[in-house]
Amino acid sequence: MKAPRFAYARPASVAEALALLDKHKDDARVLAGGQSLVPMLNFRVASPKVLVDINRLSALSGIKVTKSHVRIGALTRHAELERSVDIAKHLPLVAAAMPHVAHPAVRNRGTFGGSCALADPAAELPACALALGATFVVAGKKGERRIAAGDFFKGLYATALKTGELLVAAEFPLPKPGYASAFGELARRHGDYAMVGVAAHGSAKGGKLSDLRVAFFGVGDRPQLAAHFSRALEGEPATAQSVDAALAKLDADLAPRADLYSTAATKLHLAKVLAGRVLKQLLT
Amino acid sequence: MNEFDETAKTLNFDAPNSYVGRSVTRPNARRLAQGRGQYVDDIVLPRMVHVAYVRSPHAHARIVAIRSKKAAAMPGVVRIVTGAEIALVVKPYVGVLTHLAGMRSPPQYPLAVDVARWQGEPVVAVVAASRAEAEDALEAVEVDYEELPAALDAERALDPSEPKIHKEFDSNLCFTRTVDSGGVDAAMKAAHLVVEDTLHFGRHTGVTMEPRAILADYNRADESMTVYHCGQSPHMVQGIVASRLSLDEHRVRIVARDVGGSFGIKIHTYGDEIAACALSLMLGRPVKFAADRYESFLSDIHARDHRVEARLAVDRDGNMLALEIDDLTGVGPYSMFPRSSGVECNQILNLTGGPYKHKEYRAKGTVVFQNKNMMCQYRAVGHPIAIAVAEHMVDQAAAKLGIDPAEMRKKNLIPDDAYPYKSPSGMRFEALSHQQCMAKLLGLMDYDTLRREQAELRKKGVYRGIGLSSFIEVTNPSPMFYGVGGARIAAQDGCTIKLDANGSIVAATGVTEQGQGTETIMAQIAATALGVEMSCVKVLTGDTDKVPYGGGTWASRAAGIGGEAVLQASLALKRNILEVGAVILKTSAAELDIVDGKVVKKGSEQGLSLAELARICYYRGNELPVDFQPELVVTRHYRVKDYAFVFSNGAQGCLLEIDVDTGFVKLLKMWCVDDCGRVINPKLVDEQARGGIVQGIGGALYEHCIYDERGQLLNATMADYLVPMAAEMPDIVTAHVETPTKTSVLGAKGAGEAGTGGAPGAIMNAVNDALRPLGAKVTSQPITPEAVLRALGKVR
Amino acid sequence: MNAPLETVEITLTVNGEKVKRTVPARLNLADFLRIELELTGTHVGCEHGVCGACTVRVDGEIVRSCLMFAAQADGCAVDTVEGLSDSREIEELQSAFVLTNALQCGFCTPGILMAAQALLRDRPNPSREEIREYLSGNYCRCTGYQAIVDAIEAVAKARAGRSK
Repeated sequence: MKAPRFAYARPASVAEALALLDKHKDDARVLAGGQSLVPMLNFRVASPKVLVDINRLSALSGIKVTKSHVRIGALTRHAELERSVDIAKHLPLVAAAMPHVAHPAVRNRGTFGGSCALADPAAELPACALALGATFVVAGKKGERRIAAGDFFKGLYATALKTGELLVAAEFPLPKPGYASAFGELARRHGDYAMVGVAAHGSAKGGKLSDLRVAFFGVGDRPQLAAHFSRALEGEPATAQSVDAALAKLDADLAPRADLYSTAATKLHLAKVLAGRVLKQLLT
Repeated sequence: MNEFDETAKTLNFDAPNSYVGRSVTRPNARRLAQGRGQYVDDIVLPRMVHVAYVRSPHAHARIVAIRSKKAAAMPGVVRIVTGAEIALVVKPYVGVLTHLAGMRSPPQYPLAVDVARWQGEPVVAVVAASRAEAEDALEAVEVDYEELPAALDAERALDPSEPKIHKEFDSNLCFTRTVDSGGVDAAMKAAHLVVEDTLHFGRHTGVTMEPRAILADYNRADESMTVYHCGQSPHMVQGIVASRLSLDEHRVRIVARDVGGSFGIKIHTYGDEIAACALSLMLGRPVKFAADRYESFLSDIHARDHRVEARLAVDRDGNMLALEIDDLTGVGPYSMFPRSSGVECNQILNLTGGPYKHKEYRAKGTVVFQNKNMMCQYRAVGHPIAIAVAEHMVDQAAAKLGIDPAEMRKKNLIPDDAYPYKSPSGMRFEALSHQQCMAKLLGLMDYDTLRREQAELRKKGVYRGIGLSSFIEVTNPSPMFYGVGGARIAAQDGCTIKLDANGSIVAATGVTEQGQGTETIMAQIAATALGVEMSCVKVLTGDTDKVPYGGGTWASRAAGIGGEAVLQASLALKRNILEVGAVILKTSAAELDIVDGKVVKKGSEQGLSLAELARICYYRGNELPVDFQPELVVTRHYRVKDYAFVFSNGAQGCLLEIDVDTGFVKLLKMWCVDDCGRVINPKLVDEQARGGIVQGIGGALYEHCIYDERGQLLNATMADYLVPMAAEMPDIVTAHVETPTKTSVLGAKGAGEAGTGGAPGAIMNAVNDALRPLGAKVTSQPITPEAVLRALGKVR
Repeated sequence: MNAPLETVEITLTVNGEKVKRTVPARLNLADFLRIELELTGTHVGCEHGVCGACTVRVDGEIVRSCLMFAAQADGCAVDTVEGLSDSREIEELQSAFVLTNALQCGFCTPGILMAAQALLRDRPNPSREEIREYLSGNYCRCTGYQAIVDAIEAVAKARAGRSK
């Protein structure tokens, strides 16, 4: 299981990277942390002619807090997110997700941008980005454009990134006062991709939930917000009945896909159980 | 007992200077901990090339055409060889054992010749300068297949409408056998209660940390073949390589250095390995095959995959009267050579209910061919199923009668004073300790407290389960296991031991090391028997040029059989040394002993060091009488004679908690009490139990080779096939009961498989114990969250 | 290194020694260490980043060497089990592993030692659960993990005792 032949380029700047991506178009793949891409190469399910290694582009790395948002550079390693005081303080949802992301050696290498650009439907960070209403910053030959998380994830391993474009960062709005978040994941083994996961964010003032964004992962072909579910809870005092009624709405929100170990029905059941637990967390 | 009785009498395993019974550390572990192991893929030979295989993408397909011209021209490619070409230099093999009456399997070639019969069967060999280049080229080999209908479901395999896998046979039947004590029907009829269930055990595999690997080096100059093999049975492989490639067996040398886990995976004849040897023969240069993980999942033997229907009859008081099982298993398209794929079923027939004293037993086994990867012997062959079936049925009956599972076992386990004992399946037990082990287990678990806690927690909606299992384990097999069936697999083992000129001891043994601590315990035995420091004993294993002919390490035989050979050889060498000592010290050997590496007069501490004795023998023979010749090298062999197998026994306990909303099972703790006879190294036995139990946990909860309706293995990666990892595993408490076997002086039985055998039964019982108040029950393994949710009626 | 190349010249420090090689771009770090530098203590168990046997240190942090190309290690400092053994950095862990029999076949051991050393650097006094969780990406088929946890816990306790 050896990677097929490819040519390797290590640009020294974002501009160089973009030039390479533009030049080689669909023959090129961006190599970030490589924690998913390299296994695909080793299995030969991916065989790009050119790998553009962006690991030395320090401009893409790091966490910055501004007055309005937290900007996470695409090359920021999972381990940096995990250790970051800023993330813990401003994006507790992301902090809560990090221990679920694979294993220490993988987190040392894997990047925030790589995870989002790969768009594995069972990955944690895309769901967090969706729940927190992040905006992805994408660079291309013609300059930068911004894509809301809700528009970014297009399907199974599919995003709004176009050929020649490079994900450079995501901007997470700073949570408003009174907002809380909660994270839950069911995996058979610690660090595995989720069977079902929930990333939730919203206002939970005085036992009332509102402006909820609940992103499910591991259930569909992409992370997805449960709109009916959130709507059912909007402004309602959270009682056992109201929560149950809202959970029933998940039938409309989610159309889970069976995986190796669970049928669609099992996934839906688990999604409901987990959503109930995450709501409880949110309220405490 | 034998000619060594006199010397054997000097043995005292309980003496303060005895190494037997002590948890000494493994000298070779230090080397491995520094990354200084030498596994096959670490070995590089001059002019070495690599082979990779085009494997069938179909479960069943005719090979219509193979075009390799383009691939042959690719960089680094040395040779491309088809199955038909390999078949010209390799004699086919047939994996049947004659004592499994009626078993059949057609001749098999290393690579598919006309028809590929499972997804992953090797079809074309590509030899290149590097593995990567071989992989590049195999993508360019074009094979036209005509897909054939596949027989996949064992339940339907014998249906006349199913595709027949082998045209020479009238059906897909491989083997069938029935065991019948005669009175099952009458006992069932008269019984107060008969419980029935159908249990399913998923197909899983060994996932050795080091994938299979072989490096074959054929030397045309002297017509010799040296094979570096990660395996457990070098002499068996020697015979196979020689006979299949028509080489002189004495010119075939098998070297098994460090082996990265084996567990029964690496004792079989794999076509890709034999083909690597054939390619070396064809090319006259070293050829390495190192399986990658994907190939491992597709081609390492799988195991388990049984459906067992079971019925248990009990009387009003819970006494077991009769047990009946019907076992069905599909083993892939061939019976694996040379151990056959009938053994797991056969073991299930022999062993199910073995710890219990019911008198009536009937068991039917059916082994069928199917278009999936082959199944064969993997750690604890048949035991996990036999034990889980019986333990499940015992618990079902106990629950119906309102008897506590521990009580039920005490009532029905064979009493410790009933031996020798013959089971209704015909197994002869020399001396077991079920009652003592169960009592010890319950004490260790603090069973009554656990039950009280369980009841308290249930009131709070916490569902804990407590499960027990009693088990027997086949260890120290006699020639009745394989040899009697015509397989060239040694049941005996030997040890050549010598006192070298510098006074150190070198022991060469036919059993092998894969990390269990074989070399360590052999050194412990030799040092104890000889009266020397363990540090002056060196143990050699894993090289057919250097060790006496033996079977290797499998079926929990190394300690019991290999250990006894080492003991007997050591005692013989000791006698020879004492004779030399008697000559030098001008006394009689009977007056002498060896203590702390010195030949001393009994009761005295002063004496002649072995170094000095050796110096005189090797360099200063002129100081010895002319009519005296010291013999400081001896060889002794040992085989089990009085029993077909020397059974060990024990009991396991499991405590777990079920999240009844998600179906997740959390293991909290496990316990194992094992009676493997004389314990040579308690720490190593404990670690065999723990590692074995975690493999049992794998089968019970996680591991499953999942095939689709076209015979495609869907989870052939380590991300998708779930092996147990550290975070989910419980701590495991171990303890021992020692009932040394009298079939040997050493008294050791095997310990390698008890953990794996006993765990699935204890776990399934614990799950069902937790689910019982909810009216739910699982009967299939692996017990996934979905299976639990289904049992609870929460999903359909 | 702007133009894409199938063969890449790299200079790096491996176990403290400067190494210069020309390698195929597709050669992963594990194979580079094993084949090119003959550092066979780094083992390859799955080549898709799950088993952890190939864990090494790059610039001080543990990584899967099967998920990184040698070309990417250009300019980096790489440490393998051989280096950490020679420098005696992990001697205490190795001794504890031998003492508790935390290894059987030894194939996973170099990777597990790498992870254990990283854990104890970041969390000098981990609970058993934390140890198990940290090792959740390192597969061991032989031991059942308990002895490994015991060994790491013992070293943590010994170090804590000394620092008091």
